[in-house]
Amino acid sequence: MRPLTPPARNPYWRFLVAGFRGQSAYPLATLAGLVANATFGVLKGSIMGAAVESSGGELAGYTAGSMAAFVWLGQGLLGSVNLWGGSDLQTRIKSGDVAVDFLRPVSVQASHVLTDVGKGLFGLLPRGLPSVLIGVAIGGMVLPSDPSAYALGLISLLLGIAISHACIYAVGTAGFWLVESRGVAVFYMSFSGLFAGLYTPIYLFPDWLLTLALLTPFPSMMQLPVDVLSGQVTGAGAWQHLGVQALWLAIVLAVGHLTTRAGRRRLEVQGG
Amino acid sequence: MNVIETEGLTRVFTGRPERGNRLRRSRHVAVDDLDLTVEAGESVGYIGANGAGKSTTIKMLVGILVPTSGTVTTMGLHPLKQRRVLARRIGVVFGQRSQLWWDLPVRESFSILAAIHSLTAADERARTAELVEMLEMGEFLATPVRQLSLGQRMRAEVAAALLHRPDLVILDEPTIGLDVLSKQRLREFLVAQRREHGTTLLLTTHDMGDVERLCDRVLVVDHGRLAFDGTLDGLARTVGARRELVVDLAAASPDLVDVDGAEHVRSDSGGLRQRLAFDPQRTTAARVLAAISERAEVLDLSIEEPDIEDVVREIYRATR
Repeated sequence: MRPLTPPARNPYWRFLVAGFRGQSAYPLATLAGLVANATFGVLKGSIMGAAVESSGGELAGYTAGSMAAFVWLGQGLLGSVNLWGGSDLQTRIKSGDVAVDFLRPVSVQASHVLTDVGKGLFGLLPRGLPSVLIGVAIGGMVLPSDPSAYALGLISLLLGIAISHACIYAVGTAGFWLVESRGVAVFYMSFSGLFAGLYTPIYLFPDWLLTLALLTPFPSMMQLPVDVLSGQVTGAGAWQHLGVQALWLAIVLAVGHLTTRAGRRRLEVQGG
Repeated sequence: MNVIETEGLTRVFTGRPERGNRLRRSRHVAVDDLDLTVEAGESVGYIGANGAGKSTTIKMLVGILVPTSGTVTTMGLHPLKQRRVLARRIGVVFGQRSQLWWDLPVRESFSILAAIHSLTAADERARTAELVEMLEMGEFLATPVRQLSLGQRMRAEVAAALLHRPDLVILDEPTIGLDVLSKQRLREFLVAQRREHGTTLLLTTHDMGDVERLCDRVLVVDHGRLAFDGTLDGLARTVGARRELVVDLAAASPDLVDVDGAEHVRSDSGGLRQRLAFDPQRTTAARVLAAISERAEVLDLSIEEPDIEDVVREIYRATR
C-alpha cells in the first residue's frame, strides 16, 4: 500500500491553502465586502420581513425569524460563492497566463477550482460569521436548536461553495473558444442570483419559475445550504438536499473536465 | 538522444481582419514547415525578429499550442497527449508571465511548486537552499511576489522553473528589462546549472549578450522558417558580428583610418569621438585601443556589441 502523502506535500491541498492565504492579503477589500453585505442585508431583511408580516406572519413556510435567517445566511455566503460569473480562469485565458497552468504536472481544473474554494472558505471568516452575528443581533434571526442542522448544514455549505466554483470554472472554459468571455459572465449573472435565492427564497416563485430554477445548479449554491443551515429543512429533506447538491457537483465537474479537454486544443495563448 | 525533434512543424493562425471584408478569414503562417533537432546537453539560442515565429514554436514544443500540421516530440514525449509527464521534465520561463503566487511570499511559491513536482521535504529544502544561494534571493524570500522588483522577480521565476531539476529548460526572453548586473548574475547561474546538471537549454532573446555567453548553437528563424542553424562563430562569420569601440579623445584628431585590424566607422564632434569596428575573432579590444593610443590620447571609451536586430537583419538579407 502506498503511504498517505502528508497534506503539505499534496499539490491540491496546497492550492486550497494558497487560495485561502492569498485572499487574506486584502483585509480592507474584505471589510468593504462585509459592509456592503450588511447594508444590503438590512434592506433585504426589512423588505422580506414586511412581506412575511403582510401575509399574516407566514409566507411559503417562512416565519419572521426563519426569513431573517434566510436573509443573513445568504448575505454571509456572498463572500464564499461566486454568483457574478467572472473567474481567474477567464482573465488568465484572455491574458495568456493560462499557459503557465498547463505547464504544471497537475489537473488545471482541480488547481483552479481548489484555489477558488480556498478563497471561498476564507470568506466565511471575515464575511460569513459576522453576517450571522449581525443577523442574530439586529435582524431577529433565529438559530436552529437541532445540532444535526449544523452538521448537515456545514456539509451542504461546503458542497454549495464547491458547486459554485466548479460551475464558474466550467463557464470560464468558454474563453478557450471566445477569448473574451465577459458576455458569458454577464449572462450567467443574470440568472445565478435569482435562481440561487439571492433576492427572495425560490419557494416564492410561481411554479413554472421554480421548476426552471430547480433545473439549474444555482439553488444548490445558496438556497439549499441556507435551507439546511437554518434548520428550515431537516431530516430526510435535508439529506435529499445534500443528494441533489452532490449530483450537481458531479455534473459541473464533468462538464468542466470535458470543456477543458476540448478547449485546450483550441487554445491560442495570447500575447507572445 | 534528441531532446527536441520537429518535422514539418507548421502553425497557421486564422482570424477575421480588423478592417476590410470581415467575412473573409485572414491567414497567417507563423511557423512554416520547421524541421528542428536539439540534442541533450546543447544550449541553443533561438532568435529572430518580432513575429518571426519564435514563441509560436516554443508553445508547440511544450504542448500549449496545437500544430496545424507536422509532428513534434519533446523529451521523446507527445507534448499535448503527455502534458503532465512532460511538465515534470521541462522548466519553462516566459519572461512576461509569472508562475509564482502573486499574494504569497516567494518562499511559499517555491514550496507549492515543490509539492506540485513531488519533491520530498528533504529534497525541497536542499534544492531551495541551493537556488537561494546561487541566485542571491535570501533577502526577499519572505516578500510577497507582488512587491518584488523586476530583477528579483526574474531570478525567482528562473529558480521556480529549475526547482525540479528539469532536463530541458526553455527560456522565453529571460533577461528582458533587466539591468546589466541582474543579467550577468542570471547568465552565470545558467552556465553553472548546465555545467553541473547537463541541462539542455533553449532560449529566445533580443539580447546578443545572452546568445554569446549562453549558447553554443544559434537558430535564426524568419517568417516561420529556419534562416540559419549553426555555431555562434559561424553566425559571426556569416554576418560579421563586429564590435564597435567608441573612443573619446583629448583633442580633435583626423579620422583614425589606419588602425590595424579595425575599420573606422564614423567621427563625431569634429573628431573628438570616433567609432572603430573590429572583429573579435581576429584582434582584441586591447590591441585596437593600444593602436589608437599611439595616435591620440584616449579620455574615455566604450565597446558596443551588435544588436541582435542587426544580426538578424543581416541573416535575413543574406538568405532571402
